[in-house]
Parts: sequence; C-alpha cells; structure tokens
Amino acid sequence: MPTSKSEPSGGRRGRCYDLAVIGAGPAGLAAADAAAGLGLRVALVDAGSRPGGQYYRHPAPELGAARPEKLHHGWAAFARLRARLAARPLVDHLPGHHVWAAEAGVPGDEERPWRLHATRGPGAGDRATVLARAVLLATGAHERHLPFPGWTLPGVVTAGGAQAVLKSSLALPGRRIVVAGSGPLLLAAASSLVSAGAEVPAIVEATSYLGYARGLPVLAGNPGKLAEGAAHGARLLRHGVRLRRSSAVVEAHGTDRVTAVTVARLDARWKPVPGSERRIACDALAIGHGLVPQIELATELGAATVTGPDGAVALAVDAEQRTSVPGLWAAGETCGVGGADLALAEGVLAAHAVAGRPAPARERAVRRRRRAFAALMAAAHAPGPDWTGWVTDDTDVCRCEEVPAGEVRAAVAELGAGDARTVKLLTRAGMGWCQGRMCGPAVACLSGGGAGRPDGRPLSCPVPLAQLADPGPESGPA
Amino acid sequence: MDPLDLVGAEPGPARTILFDGRAVSALPGQTLAAALWADGVLAWRTTRRGGRPRGAFCGIGQCFDCLATVNGRPNQRLCLLPAEHGDTVTTQEGHGRADLEV
Repeated sequence: MPTSKSEPSGGRRGRCYDLAVIGAGPAGLAAADAAAGLGLRVALVDAGSRPGGQYYRHPAPELGAARPEKLHHGWAAFARLRARLAARPLVDHLPGHHVWAAEAGVPGDEERPWRLHATRGPGAGDRATVLARAVLLATGAHERHLPFPGWTLPGVVTAGGAQAVLKSSLALPGRRIVVAGSGPLLLAAASSLVSAGAEVPAIVEATSYLGYARGLPVLAGNPGKLAEGAAHGARLLRHGVRLRRSSAVVEAHGTDRVTAVTVARLDARWKPVPGSERRIACDALAIGHGLVPQIELATELGAATVTGPDGAVALAVDAEQRTSVPGLWAAGETCGVGGADLALAEGVLAAHAVAGRPAPARERAVRRRRRAFAALMAAAHAPGPDWTGWVTDDTDVCRCEEVPAGEVRAAVAELGAGDARTVKLLTRAGMGWCQGRMCGPAVACLSGGGAGRPDGRPLSCPVPLAQLADPGPESGPA
Repeated sequence: MDPLDLVGAEPGPARTILFDGRAVSALPGQTLAAALWADGVLAWRTTRRGGRPRGAFCGIGQCFDCLATVNGRPNQRLCLLPAEHGDTVTTQEGHGRADLEV
C-alpha cells in the first residue's frame, strides 16, 4: 500500500481509480483490502494521519508503545488488516486528506468520473482532487450530545474524546473521571480509563438496560457482543466501578473547571426524579449519548436516508450496500451505528458489489446478525422524551455560538419556530465552527421538530478560500 | 498504573513547548492538547460572547472547542496538532484576531 503524503501525482485526464474509499476505519480498511483483492485500483482517502479511524485509533509510533493492544478490543483484526493492506500495491493510501465535498460522476462515462475534493492543510496548495469510477462512503459516526448545566466547563469531555486522546496520545483529562450518558461506548471508555490508572467513581447510564431483554433471540445470535460486554463488565467490577442505571448527570459544578457533578435518578421518560440528587466529586467528566452517522457527503448529493429507532439518520442502502445515488456505496456506521464487526463485514460486501462479484456468505450472515443487534441497541438507548427537563434556560445548547436554551425556547414559543433550521436562523444555534455536530440533536429536540432530518453541510469541514478558488490538479493512480 | 505503563511505552526524549510563557513537557507523538492535559491544563481559550474558559471537548477535531493560538496563528485545533519542540501555545481570547479590530 503506497502511502502518498506529497503533492498528488496529477494523473492524466480520464485516468481514475476504480474505487475511492472515504475513511480508513474498520469499514474502509476492509473494503479497500477486499476490493484490491478482487483486482480493483483503490484510493483509500482518510482525514487521519494513520489508518484505523476512531475505533482502531492507536498511539503515535514515536510513543514507542510495545503493547498497543492493551487499549483495544479487536486489535488483532486491525493488525492483520493493516499488514495485508501494506502488501497491496493496488491500494494508494492518502492520509491527511479530509474530503470536504464529493462531486458525483456519471457511471460508465470515463470522461465524467467522481471527483473527491480534499484539503490537506491550511496552505493554498494543500489541496487534492481524487478521481474515481465509484465511491464508498465509510466516514463512520460522531457522538450525540445532550446538554446539561455546566457541560461547557473545562474537564467535561466526550466519552469518545477521552478514549481517543488516551488511545493516540496516552493522556487523561483528570484522575477521577465520572463517565455518563447512554450507550455501550460508556462501558468501553470507562474500561479503558480504569486500565490506564484513572479512578472512575461511577458510570451513569440513563437507560435501565432492560430494553435489551426484549431482544433475547438477537442477543443469543450475537455471543461476541455479549462476551465483549462481559469483558468490560469484569474489568469494571475488578476496579470497583459502580454502574448507576436509570440515572443522569443533571449538572456539572465548578467555576473554571469541573469539580463535581450532580447525579439524579430518571424515570422511564428520562425525567429526573425530584429528591434523588446526589453529588459526586470528580476532576473530569466523560459524556456521550450514543453515536450519529456522519453522512453529509452523501446527503448533499440527495442520497436517501432512514431514521433509526433512536432518531439517528443513516444512509439507506440495498443488499449490496448501494445508496440511492448511482456509483455511491456506503458501509459501516454510515448505514446505522452497529460497531466494528458489522463495519468490517459491510466493507467486504460493498467491495464485492463494486467489483460485480457475488456477496460472500460469511459477511452476509455477520451483517444480518449485527444489524439486528444494532437495532436493539439503538432502541434500548434512545433518548427519553423528557431529558430536556434538566436543561435550564441559562444552559448553553450551542457551544460554538453560546446560545442558551432560553433563547431557543423563546424562538419556539414567541417567534413561532417549529424546527431546527428556523431556530438556527433566529438564534445562530448550530451556525458555528462545528456546523451543528455537537448541538444538532439537542436543538432539534428543543425546537419540537424532532430528529429525522439529515444534516446538511455543503462543505464537510473548513476549507481555506484559496483552495475553494482553485481545486488544483486532479489525481488518479500513478 | 498510568497510560504509558499500560501499553509499555518507551517514548524518545520529551520536547518542550511554551504555554502562555511557561515551559511544558510533551512526549514525541502527543498532540498539543494531550501534552497540556498531561500537565493538568484543561483550558486554553476564552469564548467570544461570555469570555468563558474552554479546552478540548471531542478530542477528534470536530467540535472546535480546543482552539488556541499556536506559533502566532490563531484558531488552531490543539487536539489535532502534534507537539513540536519549541511550539508556543497562547490562550486565545475570543476570535483570536484582536489585531484586526477597528
């Protein structure tokens, strides 16, 4: 797998990759490997500097980690995949390439291939355009956040972020870290944090976990997920970490950094139970409420979407991982959050479909089982409708533009806004640097419009004007 | 146990960065945000409206809360930038472009 960090090679017009894979996480790695194995020329285009995405994020080589697998579930699968890819001359790995827009090509027309526009840094020349006959979107997911008073204090970090910094840079945000929100990521994050020496006084999970009991046949078909959960559970037990179910952090305390949190019990609708509050001292709080597919590159092209049981919007795909846009495939979390094993299987299935080969039975079976598990998980951790009860009017909902909940509520109650877009136009909530990634689901809830509308982002990341003005040379395989 | 023990890390010699004029040690390969966390620093920006302190939140370059001025250039995401020897990180006030105000 040749790795290109330099100026793209400037392929001749008409010369393009058979497949461009966007994202080098589990789905993208598996797809690139399988596609090259079937004889396709592949560009693996990734924003990160090292392959792996968020799930397989690992220490920078300069840190000299002898046992990176200590921070990973499924490290062996990644190591195998990475080694296989490195030996594949048909795959060009383009690290540090953040694709900000995908321009659809015309299938079958060599003169009109897909154009992926990427930025590689702040300079005018840090740009690249990758040409390909087909595109696979494997851009994963980002975390969903529900605001609460004090959530903007330094020391309040995302559960995924705490894990990411630990995995890649071997650093912790504090010594005594409360982990809170909802979803299986909390257990994985807490498990990593205690292994790395942090004290976790509590994991605060909003659901009762009883939702899983409704899916016993699905659980029985996914023994691997049960084993994974049991491994985290055993480690947490060994470290004396308490799991508080049906509870939430309803306030973080501190002036310039978090010093404590208030935890309250929740009813089935996630309404805090009065009188159940208790305070827990901590120097950091890791929060997250599940994951949301990152699909704006596809929705900007009009790709059809589906809304999951938790309200998250994902790409609609057929049995061959095809989206509704001709020439655009999707795999992994972009089709609905379901974890690494599912992403690996869907990456392989998509590669076969792009190559016009029949889908392998093993991956089809994994997808069937894991999709069922994903639906169960999404339903079990869907935010209850009354979580907004803990959001005081002076709580900032939009972190970038510092828009408090009171302003959003006034836009709805007094100015007649009925959806997130109108609220955004009236209050600037969702208009800042992160483009609504942090506050989007919360603003949608507070606006009364609910979720279900896909995010629209014409540019998926900030792009210097000089790069927009001149997209630069186009590159295909050398 | 600390994170380095856990993975058996043997990094090369530490680098020195300057945070608001103070020397802070950074391991090779660590991001600026991680080096500051390891030093107990959680905030390196004040917000545009409320002047409130902020630091890293998402840790993966998506939330833009971890902006600061690095080597004179404002609005840099510290969770993405590897710490290089001699890097100067300055707490960013507001949009970090006070020099452009009229």
